[in-house]
Amino acid sequence: MAKDKDKIIDKVTGDDYKYGFYTDIETETIPPGLNEDIIRLISKKKNEPEFLLEFRLKAYRHFLKLQEPKWAHLKYPPVNLQDIIYYAAPKKQKEFDSLDEVDPELLDTFNKLGISLEEQKQLSGVAVDAIVDSVSVKTTFQDTLSKHGIIFCSFSEAVQNHPDLIKKYMAKVVPYTDNYYAALNSAVFTDGSFCYIPKGVRCPIELSTYFRINAAKTGQFERTLIIADEGSYVSYLEGCTAPQRDENQLHAAIVEIIVMNDAEVKYSTVQNWYPGNKKGKGGIYNFVTKRALCKGKNSKVSWTQVETGSAVTWKYPACVLKGDNSVGEFYSVAVTNNYQQADTGTKMIHIGKNTKSTIISKGISAGKSNNSYRGLVKVAKKAENSRNYSQCDSLLLGDKCGAHTFPHINTNNKSSIVEHEATTSKISEEQLFYCNQRGISTESAIGLIVNGYAKEVLNKLPMEFAVEAQKLLQITLEGSVG
Amino acid sequence: MLLNIRNLHVSIEGKEIIKGLDLSVNNGEVHAIMGPNGTGKSTLAAVVAGKEGYEITEGEILYKGKDITDLSPEERACEGIFLGFQYPVEIPGVSITNFMRTAINEQREYKGLKSLTASEFLAKMEDKKKLVEIQSKLTNRSVNSGFSGGEKKKNEIFQMALLEPTMAILDETDSGLDIDALRIVANGINKLRTEENATIVITHYQRLLDYIIPDFVHVLFEGKIVKSGGKNLALELEEKGYEWIKEEVERMS
Repeated sequence: MAKDKDKIIDKVTGDDYKYGFYTDIETETIPPGLNEDIIRLISKKKNEPEFLLEFRLKAYRHFLKLQEPKWAHLKYPPVNLQDIIYYAAPKKQKEFDSLDEVDPELLDTFNKLGISLEEQKQLSGVAVDAIVDSVSVKTTFQDTLSKHGIIFCSFSEAVQNHPDLIKKYMAKVVPYTDNYYAALNSAVFTDGSFCYIPKGVRCPIELSTYFRINAAKTGQFERTLIIADEGSYVSYLEGCTAPQRDENQLHAAIVEIIVMNDAEVKYSTVQNWYPGNKKGKGGIYNFVTKRALCKGKNSKVSWTQVETGSAVTWKYPACVLKGDNSVGEFYSVAVTNNYQQADTGTKMIHIGKNTKSTIISKGISAGKSNNSYRGLVKVAKKAENSRNYSQCDSLLLGDKCGAHTFPHINTNNKSSIVEHEATTSKISEEQLFYCNQRGISTESAIGLIVNGYAKEVLNKLPMEFAVEAQKLLQITLEGSVG
Repeated sequence: MLLNIRNLHVSIEGKEIIKGLDLSVNNGEVHAIMGPNGTGKSTLAAVVAGKEGYEITEGEILYKGKDITDLSPEERACEGIFLGFQYPVEIPGVSITNFMRTAINEQREYKGLKSLTASEFLAKMEDKKKLVEIQSKLTNRSVNSGFSGGEKKKNEIFQMALLEPTMAILDETDSGLDIDALRIVANGINKLRTEENATIVITHYQRLLDYIIPDFVHVLFEGKIVKSGGKNLALELEEKGYEWIKEEVERMS
């Protein structure tokens, strides 16, 4: 009985990654390796101001003193940083006036991913800053945004056009001294997104960037900076897929968000990078530092993430609740299948008075994967009347996978209340038979049950993204979840 | 003949539960299967529906003239076999609407029919809700999650109404129902009755048969049907109790 069920689960969860393809675009690269000369070369190629080169070099010199962290519940072979190419840009690098001028192969890639820029432009009202191999190729909706005074562009453009803002805000939330990967990113980052919402502006459209790793052996070191000025609001979407690849690819991004008085930022991610094949070969290593600073009073940040990809995920989107009455939220669904490993969670740092945070984490493990929630709720001395509610659920498919929870709570204020709930469950044979008896195949049944389990989080995503996320869960468990 | 079970023997983990059972059901008929606890009533229902873990050691189950023992549970469902569960399972986060739309469309796909659109499905659902006096809010709730006993059973009949099966097997659908819920559930079953479909009602008590008038009543005892008759057999059983059957069986052997 149990064996038959395992067979079904194996079948359902054992399918190959469906987004594996490789685009043949001419790419300009520099030699592999990591040293000061390479960093100077990157900075020069990007025509950066002096302060940025100095920042990179300081970060690099600090990085040399650091050791790779080993505390996460992850096992992977060491990455040789000298084998990595730190800069790759599509060769045809001029500005495009219309999509006709964009490399048709690139457009085709987007089409395969179901994110054709044309469609995006016409139908969904989403401005897309599409990133292929580190350099922004096409930015849409600039006109609409600029009417509201919103700046939404690639990080490189921001460096050229708004160096003052970069200088003022960059690395203020995640300093290069923060951790090993943050230091590495600060030294060698190539591009990313920049967003500034001026005072009192409610961004009329969802801002979206699609990341994609494409050139062989190119580590991606993206850097995103979002600043929401007083009383502003923005919903920001980040989604990614990567082509199938045999070699492990390192990804170490930084996302920084700064939220002023009465402002709100909603940051949603759907992550579907190549997770490696069924035997655990290949796949992306994803070491990301994401942090939001609720600097002003009554400010608010929500992180919503659906993590289905990568061979290794190391990611803890955090909120520093500095302003009084500020609010931090973290909603996460992390799916692991085959030999995938995820160590993900959040940090909520309560500093201001009456600060509130909510953590809803849903882990789903299948195959021989390992899925860990790791969280920290810290309440500082002066954080009077602060509150946290955490709920961490794990769902197991089959009996060869693992689910782990590592919650850390550290409170220094007696008036604060911290609550933590955790559950672990399995999809039962009775549930599957009940679905089967109504004519629903086991694969669809697992999909239904998993989407039902993750609903609380999926509901937090913007509409179009929620549909995409549901499909992804489906693919990951067909693929991973039906 | 719609369902023809011949000399069925079923074991669970090596233990024989059904020991040579024969049963024939024609289109348009309602059969009641009664009997004391642990005689194999629920096992029979599960085996016809194709639940895993039951080993058929002898005999066959013919449905519409074909042996169905090699079909998966979902194939049997798509062929028109419906099981009303004694203990409907909870599926958190999955609304009844979503669940039933998936079920109907998977069944339609099996039959080579086009999926129902959202509005077609909702119209159908509104129509069937009235049949079992189901409240609108219920269909937005997760399948069976936090439902009362009565709500769970109503939901089973509601699903039956939506799926329009040819062969429905209702396993103790009356258990745990108060008299009002029993009336609603029974009325629903009666309204779904046609010349084409058939129903097997598995029950412990005669009282359900005050509302649903069976064409045949069978008594299942120690894995076999030991006595069959008309609706009066149920009354006789109610009066004399299952001890009477035991004695009859012993006298005959």
